[in-house]
Amino acid sequence: MGKPQRSLTPEQAARQTWMGLLAKSDAAQLAGLVGAQGALPAFDWLRRPEIGGVMVRGRMGGSGAPFNLGEMTVTRCSLRLATGEVGHGYVQGRDKVQAEHAALVDALMQGPRADEVRDTVLDPLEAAQTEIRTARAAKAAATKVDFFTMVRGED
Amino acid sequence: MYVAVKGGERAIDNAHAWLAEERRGDTSVAELTVPQIREQLALAVNRVMTEGSLYDPDLAALAIKQSRGDLIEAIFLIRAYRTTLPRIGHSEPVETDTMACDRRVSATFKDVPGGQVLGPTFDYTHRLLDFKLMAEGELPAAAEGEPRLEPTPHVTSFLNKEGLIQGEEHAEVMPPDLTREPLELPANRALRLQALTRGDEGFILSMAYSTQRGYGNSHAFVGELRIGKVAVEMEVPELGFAIEVGEVELTECETVNKFAGSKVEPPQFTRGYGLTFGQTERKAISMALVDRSLRSKELGVEVSNSPAHDEEFVLYHCDNIQATGFLEHIKLPHYVDFQSEMELVRKMRAEIAEAEAGSSVKEAAE
Repeated sequence: MGKPQRSLTPEQAARQTWMGLLAKSDAAQLAGLVGAQGALPAFDWLRRPEIGGVMVRGRMGGSGAPFNLGEMTVTRCSLRLATGEVGHGYVQGRDKVQAEHAALVDALMQGPRADEVRDTVLDPLEAAQTEIRTARAAKAAATKVDFFTMVRGED
Repeated sequence: MYVAVKGGERAIDNAHAWLAEERRGDTSVAELTVPQIREQLALAVNRVMTEGSLYDPDLAALAIKQSRGDLIEAIFLIRAYRTTLPRIGHSEPVETDTMACDRRVSATFKDVPGGQVLGPTFDYTHRLLDFKLMAEGELPAAAEGEPRLEPTPHVTSFLNKEGLIQGEEHAEVMPPDLTREPLELPANRALRLQALTRGDEGFILSMAYSTQRGYGNSHAFVGELRIGKVAVEMEVPELGFAIEVGEVELTECETVNKFAGSKVEPPQFTRGYGLTFGQTERKAISMALVDRSLRSKELGVEVSNSPAHDEEFVLYHCDNIQATGFLEHIKLPHYVDFQSEMELVRKMRAEIAEAEAGSSVKEAAE
């Protein structure tokens, strides 16, 4: 990435990855996977889900200084489980339930159920996102062309 | 000047009720759903997101439905909604060299690492109406190839290695934001790019076309055009590091122009840049041409009187919501205004008539 990333601890890097998966998840798929977790722990809201805008920046010439391109919708919330873990949910779009699910998963990933949640929520989300990405890349690959330059007549 | 009027509430309510009925159209025809618009009129959705300056395909589709397909009205709805959103923050600049490209073509190099990938394009179609689309039917599946999963490098990065193209300064300065501060001139390039990306597609297209036809002469090549998804990262204060908050589809166009050099720059290629939401390549190419045109002053080349060289002309007229707001307000009641104009015209006519009468009396006396 362009900006020199501050070096993250392995825990921070792992959390960065799963929060990214949750942010880009399909709301219905996430709801299904979270719903299949059985009894979910009680929690208190630290910040109820709120819809807002994030100003997306681009770089001039693709690699230069930043400029403001336009906003995107993002929904965020924060909660604390009865067992103490604090979860933050950030998801693209305007789905408050999806943000709540994301925050719950973020909190659960910091507790004793982390391995189970990774297997039953994060891994399926990652597989779905990889499948979509690979399918598009495969269709793009089929449209790859080789142009040949023709020699022009001399007249 | 518009002066407020009172009354007409019932007529206005009735007009809006009829509008709703007309929007629905013939009820024996199935009603359009928002997901249908999002999926099947995606390029209209993309335009509304780009010029509405808000990436949210569902909202853009809703706006198109509500506006009966009037895209400028839809953009107006999105802009109005956007102002109600609390600003959570700003993203890290998106890194388009990491884009998962659906399309990537270069008009300047035929053999580019990563290849020429056409993607789902109208190019090379015959522009003949396809009557098969009037009937419902099964679609043959698109062909698949060996997916390229590694990132595709920018074409300009190859020219850059030879030093043949003007560099881009990788500075981390806070860009101005015209949704927060009114547009003031002279604008720096960051502000111009923000205005151009939100600007009306038709206006930017015509400005770009004028540069090609010789008004502010510059001959641009499309060094690269790419379309695909890019992750959006944002620093989250409560975590202390950046996370991905989503991904957006972008169209990016980099143009290169031959440049003979000036007092301040050696001969080289110069750049124009276009970046837009969704698959919106006409707009991105146009934006790149106009960006390059507006850079003339900083490149030290002679600035002509051509519209596309005039920052004030371009930036103050490219926003279709400002333009339509001012233009369409003249159809609203201006009775008081017009009454005073009428008084004035009557008075002037009376004065002329009086003067003429006076001089003819004088003539008769002589």
